Amino acid sequence: MMTYSVSENHDQVLETAMQWQGEGKKVALATVVSTWGSAPRPAGSQLAVDETGKFVGSVSGGCIEGAVVTEALTILQNGGTKLLEYGVSNDEAWEVGLACGGKVKVFVEPIG
Amino acid sequence: MKQATFKQLIEDRNAKRPVVVATNLATGDDRLIYPDADQDPMITEALTALRDDKPQNVETDEGPYFLNPFNPPLRMIIVGAVHIAQPLSQMASLSGYAVTVVDPRTAFATTERFPNVEIITEWPDDALTALAPDHRTAVVTLTHDPKLDDPALEVALKSPCFYVGSLGSKKTHAGRLNRLSKAGFSDEDCARIHGPVGLAINAKSPSEIAVAVMGQITAKLRQAEPR
Repeated sequence: MMTYSVSENHDQVLETAMQWQGEGKKVALATVVSTWGSAPRPAGSQLAVDETGKFVGSVSGGCIEGAVVTEALTILQNGGTKLLEYGVSNDEAWEVGLACGGKVKVFVEPIG
Repeated sequence: MKQATFKQLIEDRNAKRPVVVATNLATGDDRLIYPDADQDPMITEALTALRDDKPQNVETDEGPYFLNPFNPPLRMIIVGAVHIAQPLSQMASLSGYAVTVVDPRTAFATTERFPNVEIITEWPDDALTALAPDHRTAVVTLTHDPKLDDPALEVALKSPCFYVGSLGSKKTHAGRLNRLSKAGFSDEDCARIHGPVGLAINAKSPSEIAVAVMGQITAKLRQAEPR
């Protein structure tokens, strides 16, 4: 019979972030703070990114993770926090949008 | 997130303490709000976030705040270490539940059959009383043996657990309701039991029945009307 425990990347985003910190990595945290329409992940969903670009968790169905990771890496280098907004209606402002037609606001911050 | 906030949050999660992370989205400043912090200006919104398990956005003089609730994990107590309990315990783990399997029959309740699951071999009433089901707990009985299921149901129905389900045919369930009613449980109490257990999806195999049960528990948790 297959054995497993609740996988690291499922509801263990913060614990994984701490593990990465323990390995001496800088880590940033992205959190969905509000959604409109049919956004794939609800407010409160989180994604952690380490300084090498490795990430765990999700803030969408895979549509904006790449862009959020890029922003997180910038923040890990330059400090500060950022409130990002993604959606189909403003794809001129951002290179990525949500295929579902929803909109999300994502807060990105360094941990520590 | 400040390192101190982060460390304390991880500690609270390990200790299964409910807590809210309040983050100022303009400044990045954050703090933790606990349910007993009645002096905190955002305690009302924090308590709402914990109760609904849903974040709140609050406008304050200091800027916009995001309140993210961290509730202790959902729990599932499965009575009966039977075949269906094997896929159900795995599905529940994947869905974020801490799973406990209760069965005094030690031939059933083995770690080989239930790896990575807490197993209790006490009698179900003792086990459930000790586990103290709360509003984040689902209780499922699968033995369809009154000697094992009924004592568990009696504890579950006196608790605030959000879901009670009982395996068994319509006839078995009718007999069960009859016994519980004689034991003093009201119609309202008995109506809390989902029986025959699971969504009506013509599930046949143990895994399919587990899907039906997991679906019904999810619907109850998220207050959805299955269609």
